[in-house]
Amino acid sequence: MEGSHAIALAVKAARPNVVAAYPITPQTHIVEDISQLIADGDLEAEYVKVESEHSAMSVCIGASATGARTYTATTSQGLALMHEVLFNAAGMRLPIAMTVANRALSAPLNIWNDHQDSIAERDSGWIQIYVEDNTEASDLTIQAYKIAEDKRIQVPIMVCMDGFTLTHTYEPVELLDQDLVDDFLPPYAPTDYLTVDDPKTFGMFADPNYYTEFRYQNHQALEAAKTVIAEVSREFGEVFGRDHGGLIEEYRCDGAECVLMAMGSVVGTLKDTVDDLRDAGIRAGAIKLRSYRPFPADDVRSALADIEAVGILDKNISLGSGGALSADVKSALYRSKSTPKVFSFIAGLGGRDIPKGMFVKMFDCIRENKKISTSEFFDLRTEILEFQEV
Amino acid sequence: MQAKYDEGSIDLLASGHKACAGCGAALTIQAILRATGAKVLVANATGCMEIISSQYPQSAWKVPWIHSLFENTAAVASGIEVALKALGRSEEGKVVVIAGDGGTVDIGMQAISGMLERGHDVCYVCYDNEAYMNTGNQRSGSTPLDASTTTSPFGKRSFGNDRPKKNMPAIAAAHGIPYVATTSVGYPRDLTKKVQKGISVSGPAYLQIHAPCNIGWGFDSAKTIEIARLAVDTGLWMMYEIVNGELVNVMKVRNQQPVEEYLKLQKRFAHLFKMPGGDAQIKLIQELANDNLKGYTQKEAGDIQTS
Repeated sequence: MEGSHAIALAVKAARPNVVAAYPITPQTHIVEDISQLIADGDLEAEYVKVESEHSAMSVCIGASATGARTYTATTSQGLALMHEVLFNAAGMRLPIAMTVANRALSAPLNIWNDHQDSIAERDSGWIQIYVEDNTEASDLTIQAYKIAEDKRIQVPIMVCMDGFTLTHTYEPVELLDQDLVDDFLPPYAPTDYLTVDDPKTFGMFADPNYYTEFRYQNHQALEAAKTVIAEVSREFGEVFGRDHGGLIEEYRCDGAECVLMAMGSVVGTLKDTVDDLRDAGIRAGAIKLRSYRPFPADDVRSALADIEAVGILDKNISLGSGGALSADVKSALYRSKSTPKVFSFIAGLGGRDIPKGMFVKMFDCIRENKKISTSEFFDLRTEILEFQEV
Repeated sequence: MQAKYDEGSIDLLASGHKACAGCGAALTIQAILRATGAKVLVANATGCMEIISSQYPQSAWKVPWIHSLFENTAAVASGIEVALKALGRSEEGKVVVIAGDGGTVDIGMQAISGMLERGHDVCYVCYDNEAYMNTGNQRSGSTPLDASTTTSPFGKRSFGNDRPKKNMPAIAAAHGIPYVATTSVGYPRDLTKKVQKGISVSGPAYLQIHAPCNIGWGFDSAKTIEIARLAVDTGLWMMYEIVNGELVNVMKVRNQQPVEEYLKLQKRFAHLFKMPGGDAQIKLIQELANDNLKGYTQKEAGDIQTS
């Protein structure tokens, strides 16, 4: 089935009380399918057809603070419009779950996939998990609530799935048994919520005497999520027979001389490339980074402890600096006893395809210790730049 | 980290909050809560009333209360309302929004429009102190003509704010909602009656309550109610209801006061009495007041189509 449909069915299985969403490509199929599920009476939820993404997240805040399980989905400009609301939801410690159908940011306008939208929200206090395929996306939708609603965590969570590449692609997806989901994910039961029976104040302002401690606790919650993400994944595996792993997944890294690290659906192609290279006698490996926030610095350090060289693929760029994942990995390696050579690759922006051949070239760079020009942009079409200068 | 309200206070907005002496908005909130009673859930926009009542770890609110952001309060309230519905708790209480004029007629208008159009069972109350007072008296879309604010100051080439107030009640009414009303903190009985109507209708209600700010407008803190009443008695602030689209109960002004009586008590209009050309501006303001009184009365009588 289509990725978006799998997400809609997973949302249904999670039994949210309130859905609030605003349509934006390539998220539309998800919210259309959810609308149909509600119209057909297959999902009992209040669906608020808001007038913007800013209001979608705001409705989720009001509903979540009242004790409802809430869901929304967006992408790109919509996620950017939510920016201040995202920080607000995290600061109020509301376990909202959201699918981000990853897409590039304008200008120039581009509806295709990269990770710029969610990467730009990395500091918002949300958990961000990037998935490789539609089964993982569907399974994570259930796990997301279990992670976010955990009393040790209580922060919102984004499930980041590549726009079009996953949302609009038909793949076999193993559907979730409702009874098993109900056992795995009981209804949301917060201790603090808006009720006239026990009036509480939400969203106060904190002066310099208190603000730091709120931020500290929010940060500690994300740190604690490192354990809980892996825990929930294991528990999910025991119930449903599919454990998608912890914060990172190491693929054929044993005895590898060089590895490439990436996030999202492109990891599938990367794993295939590693298989080909291994067949050809090249000791290549891959690391899939699942949890970008919290950032698994310890896992990354230990995975790279015996590796000579690592390449990092970023489908984003912090303009004026470089790839965001690359910067995080380099920062994690600073405290490592054995530091591998690090190669940063920026590629696949705005939907530009990354075929196996490009990964082979990246591995060549790593193995031959080649310097990369053009500020790490790996798939730059220099002929277009020349054309524009005429 | 949790904060607690003061159990000892009688009012639902506990005393000890940090509003300025003579604050018209704080009196307004107090009056609103006396009218609603404890069975309300409040969503409050960023602004004076949020800041004076919720400085961690002290809260003045004895009703469930949430502040999220500046422009999204109507959407947050929509979320509370649907959550109560989804959880089978609709009987618990009415959702009430409290927001200032900036958070309502300017930055919050998109979210309000969405909330009204979708028909949420929420009573939206705007306390209108006619500028961004929390940030130090900057002009909003609700600032009246010729008021000098920090971003619409009078000067050699300026009489102050160069536009009349945005007619937000008419915009709210254009959404076809069951109840719209304007009232004033100077008329607490009228205010109470309208708040109670607002929370008793099924569906969206919009109330705009004129609430003078002695700091921003520049008058003695003992004169808040006097100023509020003068706004009505001059015809500069009209009190009426729009019930299911029909303008009703326009408050009669039997002894209309000249606008000078209102303007001269406030520093924000003081320049009009000193500047060359100021008298012509006062005349313009007088015309606005006269048009208000004539126009609303004619509209109510059915001589002019209601917006």
